[in-house]
Amino acid sequence: MGISARFAVLVTLVACVAGCAMEERVILLPEANGGPTSLDVHQGSHEVLLDRPYAATDLTVADPWPYQATAAEVQATFGDALAAQPVRAAHFTLYFNEASDDLTEESRAELERMLADVAKRPVRDIVIVGHTDAVGSDQYNDALARKRAERVKAMLVERGIAQTDIAAIGRGKRDLLVPTPDGTAEPRNRRVEIVVR
Amino acid sequence: MLRPIFAILLAFVVAAANAADIGQIKVSKGAVTIERAGQQIPGAVGTHVQASDVVRTGGDGSVGITMTDDSLLSAGPNSVLALDRYDFDDVTSRGQFDASLAKGSLAVVSGRLAKQSPDAMKIRTPSAVLGVRGTEFVVRVGDGH
Repeated sequence: MGISARFAVLVTLVACVAGCAMEERVILLPEANGGPTSLDVHQGSHEVLLDRPYAATDLTVADPWPYQATAAEVQATFGDALAAQPVRAAHFTLYFNEASDDLTEESRAELERMLADVAKRPVRDIVIVGHTDAVGSDQYNDALARKRAERVKAMLVERGIAQTDIAAIGRGKRDLLVPTPDGTAEPRNRRVEIVVR
Repeated sequence: MLRPIFAILLAFVVAAANAADIGQIKVSKGAVTIERAGQQIPGAVGTHVQASDVVRTGGDGSVGITMTDDSLLSAGPNSVLALDRYDFDDVTSRGQFDASLAKGSLAVVSGRLAKQSPDAMKIRTPSAVLGVRGTEFVVRVGDGH
């Protein structure tokens, strides 16, 4: 290879390092509840463990380049992405009287809290899963679980939430919240679990 | 002998029914499109996303998606985010979620999959793989300036 050809290769390489390479950066954020958190970053044979808030790494052409970022940097670089973050999903559990699809007194208050949460969301996606305790046959409990889920769905529709935004299903006595032998009456198992997204 | 076969068939039917809806666009600003099987779909608020979708934002665009495992992905302008793989069992919280950011900026809040198993959620960039142990992080893939 002549000198000019070698020079051309070198120029291409330098140009690529400067221009073709994608600049990548990863920053770990604090947990909403302040708990511990970590993120494993693998780049080829290199591994960087980010394990405290704002621990960060640049991924350069050669090696990962760890550093400590700041909240201000996150806001400056990721403000648009963070502003587009949807409202977090919320989980609610409502309890029922024995062998019935009537909510317990306390759960009527919880229903109101759920409706307040739903009202904050511009686009709703609600999943209602009905459960029973272990008293009775599978067939009976499947029907009861479904009836409970449908009842809660009807309450939401009554309060102006579109039917199409709600899925209601029953799981009978298959997923007991409190494990019990078959045939055991357990109020905490007579419930619907609701996810609001 | 028949029972396991029925169970497997049922699992396929359930998987097929769920495959269509792995998440939903909750926030959409400016130009947002979804590339699905060669088609361009507008990424409007309320649109459901599917596995293998590629979500793109324009220079004025940003998008926020809530997945069925409650994880949140939101991307800023000029981003290309691929939802490469998504399996989620709503009862056991087990499965696998792989997404990749080809360019742009991404904020992630992981959900039930990552909580259930630290290896269940992976985010890829052109040069790295992120294993999600915690919950919240941000990733940027820029054009080297």
